[in-house]
Amino acid sequence: MPGSRPLPYGRGSVGNHRVDGGSDLVKIVVCVKQVPARDSVIRASTAGGWIETEDLTLEMNEPDAYALEEALRVKEEHGGEVLAVSAGPESASSTLREALAKGADRALLIEDERFARADPLTTARALAAALKDESPDLILTGLQSDDTGFGQTGVVLAELLGLPAATIIMEVALADGRLRLKRELESGWFQRVEMPLPALLTIQSGINKPRYATLMGIKRSKKKPFDRKTAGDLGIGLDQAVELRRLYVPEKEKQTQFLSGSAREQAAQLIEKLRFEARVL
Amino acid sequence: MSVVVVVEHGPEGWHKMSWETLAAARPVASALGLPLVAAVAGSDLNEAAAELARRDVDEAVVIEHELLAGYSSDAYTQALRQVIEELSPRLVLFPHTYQVRDFAPRLAASFGKPFVSDAVAVSGVEPEIVFVRRLFQGKLSADFVAAGEGPVFGSLQAGAARAEEGEAADPAPLRKIEVSLDAASIRVQPGERFREADDAVDLSSAERIVSVGRGIKDQDNIAVAGELAELLGAELAASRPICDNGWLPLDRQVGSSGQSVSPKLYLALGISGAIQHVVGMKGAQTIVAVNKDESAPIFEIADYGVVGDLFEVVPAMVEILKKAE
Repeated sequence: MPGSRPLPYGRGSVGNHRVDGGSDLVKIVVCVKQVPARDSVIRASTAGGWIETEDLTLEMNEPDAYALEEALRVKEEHGGEVLAVSAGPESASSTLREALAKGADRALLIEDERFARADPLTTARALAAALKDESPDLILTGLQSDDTGFGQTGVVLAELLGLPAATIIMEVALADGRLRLKRELESGWFQRVEMPLPALLTIQSGINKPRYATLMGIKRSKKKPFDRKTAGDLGIGLDQAVELRRLYVPEKEKQTQFLSGSAREQAAQLIEKLRFEARVL
Repeated sequence: MSVVVVVEHGPEGWHKMSWETLAAARPVASALGLPLVAAVAGSDLNEAAAELARRDVDEAVVIEHELLAGYSSDAYTQALRQVIEELSPRLVLFPHTYQVRDFAPRLAASFGKPFVSDAVAVSGVEPEIVFVRRLFQGKLSADFVAAGEGPVFGSLQAGAARAEEGEAADPAPLRKIEVSLDAASIRVQPGERFREADDAVDLSSAERIVSVGRGIKDQDNIAVAGELAELLGAELAASRPICDNGWLPLDRQVGSSGQSVSPKLYLALGISGAIQHVVGMKGAQTIVAVNKDESAPIFEIADYGVVGDLFEVVPAMVEILKKAE
């Protein structure tokens, strides 16, 4: 192809496994990120540059929980293994432990404090460096993260590994070494998409119902392999590809009238205002 | 050098976010002193190309190839890579559509460049291009700065600018760029496009909407919101997580992955106001937010705010409205 360039990692090095009619094993990687819990109060740090992380409750990025569940389902149907990978600070090991407890077979933490605020190109480069020798058949990620929300780490990872990718996936079927997918489009439209393995998919929330970890799962997870690597081990730099210069509370777009009093008083004022001030009732 | 906006034309015609991105790009191009180029890829684009040239652009670029007829990330990435190599722009902007999310990150990565996706604003004064993005579900804003040589890539969320209406008297020059694509290198094969619900609710025509978010906590609690909706003559809608849980059907979802609405009244119950939801409803005439978290981003766009427990406020509203009937 014109504009073709050597793949950073030879395509032959990715996906040595054959997957036919569910009889062969599928090597699945699921990329998960640890993010602040959804109901967290987030404050820009006074030093600037990032958020106050003290006293913050952290959890698995919700879209990634759907990707993990889908990985486990593919493994249960076709056999194989699930490797859970995260690029993050030490605290992200608890998110990987959770993935192991739910059924992942191995975990790999690419550990560095700077990943919490890394841009997606930097993170994808680290993931690519860590995964190039794993030769997965299938890589799954959530479609976006609840913290920085770039929604692209998976797609960039696919490019760096020379893999085809499809995003916002609502259904995954695997047969004869090919993926048959349902991709969500806008305004209620969907599309069937097919592609060969090895491949990367970003999973839409709601595709499945993520399982809870069982006590037995938690017990078993303690014996599962848990690897750690640093940027130095992988021979990668973590200089940001794009600079986050300023973090601040968004400006209000409207003057909000806050209604006060008891719930009943608030309700009465609201109905009054909607009728006679806004005139929308 | 130029500012290039890659606009989107598909089976349903133009993606209207294309025009918003184009409108947002014009002042950036002016500030940088560069021409504004709009590029469209597809097949059989004669009519679309003529329309594009009548927009507020300095040049319209058309990329046609039979392998671009149905969208495939591989074909689009290869084609646009060749176009960007030929144009060597300073800045490449996309509307933040589902299609763009599927290929633009890998296009930028193929140049070794970051892609500043899902921005709400962009500006440029050499040597920097600055993108404003929302982080942490809309709780914070951030300025991201891309500097250095080569093209800067970014995408703009819906509502980043008001689309310019009206046509230019003299169309801009039209330029066709030939790309060569190899069918064998296209791994992702597009198939049938379809809709699941034939009787999907059209929320865009609703005058009033009562919408529920995570704060509703349980499927059983949706009934109380439904009762309020009925008394207000409103349609019931929801944010994404509610539909993900199967508590309401997907066709009642408002936001970037659901419907965009602009009713007279939008009553948001227990909705935090993540950007993906807000882009679908911020055009409502009057927005009411009921949320127990006073720092919830939904209050940034609300006309009326109730900081409180929706399970107390909503039944109180129901009682008052019933009495009035």
